Amino acid sequence: MSWVNAVVQGILLGGLYALVAAGLSLVFGVMRIVNLAHGVLAVLAAFGAYVLGDTLGLHPFLALLVVVPVMAAVGYGLQRGLLNRALGGGELAPLLVTFGLAVVLQNALLEAFSADSRRLDLGSLGTASIPVTDGLAVGVFPLLAAVTGVVVIAAIGQFLARTATGRAMRATSDDRDAAALMGIDGRHLYGVATAIALATVAIAGVFLGARSTFDPAAGGTTLIFAFEAVVIGGLGSLWGTLLGGVVLGVAQAVGAAVDPAYGVLAGHVVFLVVLATRPRGLLPSAVTA
Amino acid sequence: MTAPLLEVTGVGKRFGSLTVLHDVSFALAPGEALGIVGPNGAGKSTLLNVVAGTLPPDGGRVVLDGQDVTGTGAAARCRGGIGRSYQVPRPFSGMTVFENTLVAASFGAGLRSRAAADAAFAALVTAGLDHHADTPAGSLRLLDRKRLELARALATDPRVVLLDEIAGGLTEAEVPALVETIQQLVREGVAVVWIEHVVHALVAVVTRLMCLTYGEVLAVGEPRAVLADPRVVEVYLGSTIAGDEPELGETA
Repeated sequence: MSWVNAVVQGILLGGLYALVAAGLSLVFGVMRIVNLAHGVLAVLAAFGAYVLGDTLGLHPFLALLVVVPVMAAVGYGLQRGLLNRALGGGELAPLLVTFGLAVVLQNALLEAFSADSRRLDLGSLGTASIPVTDGLAVGVFPLLAAVTGVVVIAAIGQFLARTATGRAMRATSDDRDAAALMGIDGRHLYGVATAIALATVAIAGVFLGARSTFDPAAGGTTLIFAFEAVVIGGLGSLWGTLLGGVVLGVAQAVGAAVDPAYGVLAGHVVFLVVLATRPRGLLPSAVTA
Repeated sequence: MTAPLLEVTGVGKRFGSLTVLHDVSFALAPGEALGIVGPNGAGKSTLLNVVAGTLPPDGGRVVLDGQDVTGTGAAARCRGGIGRSYQVPRPFSGMTVFENTLVAASFGAGLRSRAAADAAFAALVTAGLDHHADTPAGSLRLLDRKRLELARALATDPRVVLLDEIAGGLTEAEVPALVETIQQLVREGVAVVWIEHVVHALVAVVTRLMCLTYGEVLAVGEPRAVLADPRVVEVYLGSTIAGDEPELGETA
């Protein structure tokens, strides 16, 4: 039974990883930017929800109503003010800029909040669980996190497939110059893409902050898990990212069931195996750059 | 002559020490068609890039409908009514053929939902691609990719359309249909700039012909007169004028 339990918990954890990785996947898919600040931005959102809870007593999920739009606005500004400029400077420039941004943000958070660990308090929701069978119970919060991950990825997928703006993003991703000749302003569109990405990062950050403790340095681990999910699934493929998150989550949960110390390691090993055997990921994107 | 819709004045472009365009000027009224010929590397495609806004010129002005657009980007110029097709097709390969033109109709022509879909499909019909609407654009054959270039340019609802060697690679039987399509555009009042090596197709449509060499205007005027100009014959047409063989010149 413990194996079934480990797999179920792993799948749920994978949904959360997919939620974290969705924005990373979108930004890479649309702009070919690897956003190294992705993890720190999730931590920033968690601190935002923490401050709202601390000062106004807002429940973390209510705080999302503020944190998500604020992060989306930050994303648009970040893209227009910083990343769009970096895009003109070759492939390495955006990587260096987001790396620098991650360093700056992490240190700013350290300055503002010290290195103390925090946690977002969900109240009774944090501990509630649904018994499935004897010995197998599913936590309400992990379930909610996983469902949110699936919903966010499905929503982004529908947005890209069915809306005019989504189609423009795919067109720009294929060929930015040709898209400009169709009247598509890449600068604005990239801003919208990053705004959406950071809105999903905000949701992910709040779920991460409620799941376990976080501190200003937590961005690194968050980025690595998100990155592994994206690469396992296949760069630029949203449903691949969901699959990658689930594979990573199950690997970690099963590893931890063998020995609690092996959880994270098992995830990394599976990541390396996928990278070695299927370097383009399990569900490679139909669009090749 | 009515007021010019497109006015290009003294445009120059250099890539490093290489002068690609030097002091090129022309003006087009609605419903007027200008053909451009010249040897490979004469700066023809660069001229279209400058007019479309993909490349900023080093000097000169591009004026669309009385507005100086020299400093505006390609997206804004497209919305202002300039459509352009690439010589080497650049489809959005991850999307269907229909989605390719839908994007053009939504953003270039500024249409919404139903109207955008109708315009996108109409452009496919005009270009003879409607039976491929649901095909992934990346799997089209070269000829259909060229058709898609035309369809996308048309779906932006252009007032000025810049065509870059869209007849190259067509069979002799297909050229008249293309000529008819472009003549129809001209009758509707669209201004056309058309670069083409298939000279007989060009002459069937255009009212004026410009010959570029080394980035400079060698001759411009009535098509037959330009083609008969000894300098034009010497630098470009040579033996081709007699046989009038369509030059494929594919680089894709």
